[in-house]
Amino acid sequence: MHTAGWASQLINLGAALLLLSSFAMLSQRRILSLVNLFAVQGAVLTVSTAIVAHTSGAHHLYASAALSLALKVVLLPWILHRLIRRLNVRWDTETLLNIPATMLVGIVLVVFAFALAHPISALSSAVTRSTLGIALAVVMLSFLMMITRRKAVSQVIGFLAMENGLFFAATSATYGMPMVVELGVALDVLVGTLILGVFFFQIREQFDSLDLQHLERLRED
Amino acid sequence: MNGANLILGLAQALLSIAAAPLLLGWVEQCRAWLQNRRGAGVLQPYRVLRKLLFKDAVVAHGASPLFRASPYIQFGAMCLAAAIIPIVSVQAPLAAAADTIALVGLFALARVFIALAGMDIGTAFGSLGARREMLVGFLSEPALLMVFFTASLIGQSTLLPTIVETLAQRELAIYPSLAFAGVAFSMVLLAENARIPIDNPATHLELTMIHEAMVLEYSARHLALIEWASALKLMNFMAIGLALFVPWGLTAASHGPAGLLLGATTSTLKLLVSGAALALIESVSAKLRIFRAPEFLATAFLLAVLGLLVHQLLES
Repeated sequence: MHTAGWASQLINLGAALLLLSSFAMLSQRRILSLVNLFAVQGAVLTVSTAIVAHTSGAHHLYASAALSLALKVVLLPWILHRLIRRLNVRWDTETLLNIPATMLVGIVLVVFAFALAHPISALSSAVTRSTLGIALAVVMLSFLMMITRRKAVSQVIGFLAMENGLFFAATSATYGMPMVVELGVALDVLVGTLILGVFFFQIREQFDSLDLQHLERLRED
Repeated sequence: MNGANLILGLAQALLSIAAAPLLLGWVEQCRAWLQNRRGAGVLQPYRVLRKLLFKDAVVAHGASPLFRASPYIQFGAMCLAAAIIPIVSVQAPLAAAADTIALVGLFALARVFIALAGMDIGTAFGSLGARREMLVGFLSEPALLMVFFTASLIGQSTLLPTIVETLAQRELAIYPSLAFAGVAFSMVLLAENARIPIDNPATHLELTMIHEAMVLEYSARHLALIEWASALKLMNFMAIGLALFVPWGLTAASHGPAGLLLGATTSTLKLLVSGAALALIESVSAKLRIFRAPEFLATAFLLAVLGLLVHQLLES
C-alpha cells in the first residue's frame, strides 16, 4: 500500500508537470523551443505511463511507454528539428495574441475540463482516475494553441500535443487502449507528421511563407 | 497566550526588524562574490543607514504632509507585518490579529502611500515610478493572494501559525500544488521587492528604474526609513516563503529553550541559503523590459492558480 501511495503521488506529479508543459507551450514564442518542450512533454508522458504500468500490473503499458519514448521523445522531435532546419525557420518567432490573456483563457479551459471530468472520474476505480481532468485540460490547451497560432509548424506541434493529452487520458481512465488501437494511432501520427512536412514545403513554395492565413483566401486561378 | 510567549514574540519581531539590513547586506555580498567583486561587506546597509540618519533632511518645496508621513507609514506597516509573520517561532505576537489576507492588505497600504508620496512632489520621475510600481503591484497582488489561498486550503485556515503548523506536521510526500505555489511565490517575491527581472535595485537609469524613481526626492532620515522598510519587506517575504514552503524547525520553538535554539538556528540557516539563492537568481537573469513585466507576473498568477486547481483535483 505504501508503494502504491508513492506511485500515485508520482503519477500526480507527472500529471501536474504535463499541465505545466502545456502552458509553457502555449506561451512559447520560438519554434525551436516549442519542439524541445514537446519532447519534454513526451518524456513526462513516458515516465508516468511506465509508473502506471508498474503500479497497475498492466504489462502492455510498458510497451506503450516504450512506444511513446521512441516516437514522441526521439523520432518526432528529430523529424521536426530536421524540417525546421530545412525550412530555415530555426530562429523564427511568432507574434502571439496577448500572452497574459491567452493564459487566462487557458485557466478557464482548465477549470472547465476539471468540472467536465469530475463526474466521469467518480465512476472509475483506477488509481489514476483523478488525472483524467488534467488529461482533458491538456487536450483543450492544445486546441487553444492550434487556434491561436498562425504558423504551420506550431499548429502541427499543437496537434501532436493534443495526441499526448488523449494518450494520457486513455492511460489514466482505463489503463490504456488496446495495443492495436495504440499502434494504429502512433502510426497515424507519424505518417501525418511526415505528410504535413511535405505540405510545409508546398505551402511555402506557393505563398513564400508558412503563415496559414494565406490559405484562408479563395482564389480562382 | 501567556506573558512569556508575548515577550518571546516581541523579541522575535524586534530581532527581525534589527536583522533585516543584515539580510540585505548578505544578499548584496553574495551578488558581489558571484560577480567576482570583493563587495562592501554584510554590514554595509547599517553603515548607509547610520550615514543617512546623521544627515539633515531636505524636503522639496510644495511637499504636503503626506510626503513627510509616508516613510513612517512604510516603516510602521513593515514592522507590523514583521510582528505577524513567524520567523523563529510560530508564536508571533500579533498573529492572531491578522491573517494572510490582511497581510496582503498591509503590503498594499505601504505601496499606495509610497506611490502617493512619489507623485506628491510633482516631478516627472516620481509619477513615472509611482505608475510603474502600481502596475507591478496590481499584477503581483492577485498572484500573492492565490499562493496564500492554496496554503490556506491545505491548512484549513487563513491564519499563518495554523497553516504553518499543519504544513509542518504533514507526512513527507510530493505535493505538486505546493511546488507550483512555491515557484509562483518566488516570482512574486522578486517583483514585490524590486529585484532583478523586474527592477534593478542598484540602478539609477531613468528608463528602467521603478522603486528608485519614486524615492528620488527623499533624503536623510526619511530615506533611511524607506531603505530600512524595503530591507524589512525583503525579510518579511523571505520569512513568509520559508514558513509556507520549508516550515520544519518553526514549530519546535514552542517546546522550551532547546526548541527555541533549534528554531533560531534553522531559521538563520534557511535565510542564509535563500539569500544566496536570491543573489544567484539575480546574477543569472537579465532585467526584463517593463512591458514584459505583465507576462512575468501573469505566469506567476497562472502557476499559483494551477497550484490551487491541482490541489483541488489531485490532493483532496
